[in-house]
Amino acid sequence: MKTKLAILLLIIFLAVLPAFAGKYLLYVTIHILLLSIFSLGFNLLFGYTGLLSFGQAGFYAVGAYGCAKILLVYPSLLAGILGGVTLAGVASLLLGVLCIRHTRIYFSMLTLSFGMMIFSLAWKWRDVTGGDDGLVGIPRAPLEVPGIFKINMAAMESYYYVVLGLSLLAIYLFQRIVRSPLGLTLQGIRDSETRAACVGVSVRKYRLLSFTIAGLYAGLAGALLPPLESTVTPPVAHWSHSAEPVLATLLGGIYTFAGPIVGSALFYLLKDIIVRFTEYWLICLGVIVVVLVMGFRGGVVSIFLKEGSRR
Amino acid sequence: METLAFQGLIGLSVAMYLWLLASGLTIVFGVLGVLNFAHGSLFMLGAYFAFTFYGLWGVNFWLAIALSLLSVAVVGYLMERFFLRHIYNEDHAYQLLLTFGFILIFDDAVKMVWGGVAKIPAMPSFFEGTVSVVGRPFPVYNLFIIGAGLFVAVLVWLLFEKTWWGKMVRASASDREMAGAIGINIPTLFTGVFAFGAMLAALGGALGTPVRVVAPGIGSAMIIQAFIITVIGGLGNLKGAFVGALIVGTLSAYGILLFPVFELFLIFLIMAVVLMIKPQGLFGGER
Repeated sequence: MKTKLAILLLIIFLAVLPAFAGKYLLYVTIHILLLSIFSLGFNLLFGYTGLLSFGQAGFYAVGAYGCAKILLVYPSLLAGILGGVTLAGVASLLLGVLCIRHTRIYFSMLTLSFGMMIFSLAWKWRDVTGGDDGLVGIPRAPLEVPGIFKINMAAMESYYYVVLGLSLLAIYLFQRIVRSPLGLTLQGIRDSETRAACVGVSVRKYRLLSFTIAGLYAGLAGALLPPLESTVTPPVAHWSHSAEPVLATLLGGIYTFAGPIVGSALFYLLKDIIVRFTEYWLICLGVIVVVLVMGFRGGVVSIFLKEGSRR
Repeated sequence: METLAFQGLIGLSVAMYLWLLASGLTIVFGVLGVLNFAHGSLFMLGAYFAFTFYGLWGVNFWLAIALSLLSVAVVGYLMERFFLRHIYNEDHAYQLLLTFGFILIFDDAVKMVWGGVAKIPAMPSFFEGTVSVVGRPFPVYNLFIIGAGLFVAVLVWLLFEKTWWGKMVRASASDREMAGAIGINIPTLFTGVFAFGAMLAALGGALGTPVRVVAPGIGSAMIIQAFIITVIGGLGNLKGAFVGALIVGTLSAYGILLFPVFELFLIFLIMAVVLMIKPQGLFGGER
């Protein structure tokens, strides 16, 4: 009951935020929401399925570049976002078939290489992606369904509400996914692949499903970026960008539903606070990461310990 | 034809440089079972230390390199002794995350100490000049790197195959518990292996200083190269890392000539294909 009340209060707070917040705060909040979506998808793979991906930025980039390309040709926000998400979904389904053949370190390396392939396309395939200049002049097109309604997106507040709405929807769906038999199955596979296979679960199929959903979430986060920034550049596909959801999830807590969301907020808050005192905010983040990982010693959820002793 | 041969030699020098980088990574993985994300940062530290001793303090070039190796070995010792050692039994993911934390720390620490601007150290005079290869000028320095790479390869081979220490390392790599049971001090040995891997990384970084810029962030660029090579050759496989370095080095030398746009893509494609078809690498057996 208490949690529900807290969530309700948080949603109300986010809904009235534009009434008193300046443009910068809205901008940061949008980024927190994007990172939350990105990290949620990542955590479905890592926390729930036990697969550490270092290539999620690739799907983020597919979403972002897809949306940007569409908006440049056909300025409709809905078309751009849907198109970007669909492309990211297709990409993650296709690459997922190849990636989920492995687990552990080999999975991490495989996702890293596919992510970097997407990066190299974004960086070098000038005709399509604009090369290292990226795509520029992307309009924040109006949200419209032809003949039914049309809402202008020029104001930051309007776009904020679109992002907020989609984020809440994504978070709600995510909660339904992890609480469903599907979510339990994934955790079962994470805890013991053999056991899951023995009770008749098609491990590969579920891993692929998890991978695709993670890709869709990355794609959604990515697709929401170009209308905000009006440009997309190759660094969004770089592996160091894949590390952001990893850090956010680690900050917030890996095996919890809200972890990635809390972590994303913390990520930006910490950055905002630390940058006020010193330009070296990454060293602080690094120390936090080291402390978190070291602190897990003995406290890591039992499955990892079991796996360690089996090795 | 001459262009091809010449590019091949360029590729070889790139390959030897990459080999110095990848050898330490693959040794550490092979023995400790830890994929050290911060290996590139140790490489970067090696470059900065060498730059400081040689470029700033005017120490003799060779002495500067030796000092840089020692300094990075100390850093490696501290990393293993106080951090990595405590999470060997955790999932691989946590070792990756821990060492990733170290990338962030080292990158910013380097900025704090040396500033964010890239440094371009002067080249020692005996490396200047060129020799004529198939009628074209080939830098003496590249020739030196090829020699250094081969030298390290032989040295590492001798160390692991012919010395008592190497035997102990190989024993603990193949069966940690049994090696411990027959009296090998595993924790000390692991610290030694990690420090040794760090030294190899530092050697790559230090030897690169005369021709490459020394800048924060070169570590994160290099680690991906090292990953590609070790994955192609098989994680933990020393011979594989050597061949992997040859493949990547040659490919980048010819790739720039033949298909500049998709060179990077192709290298990652090879990495992915090897992972999919033979995840233990081209030369991988055990593990």
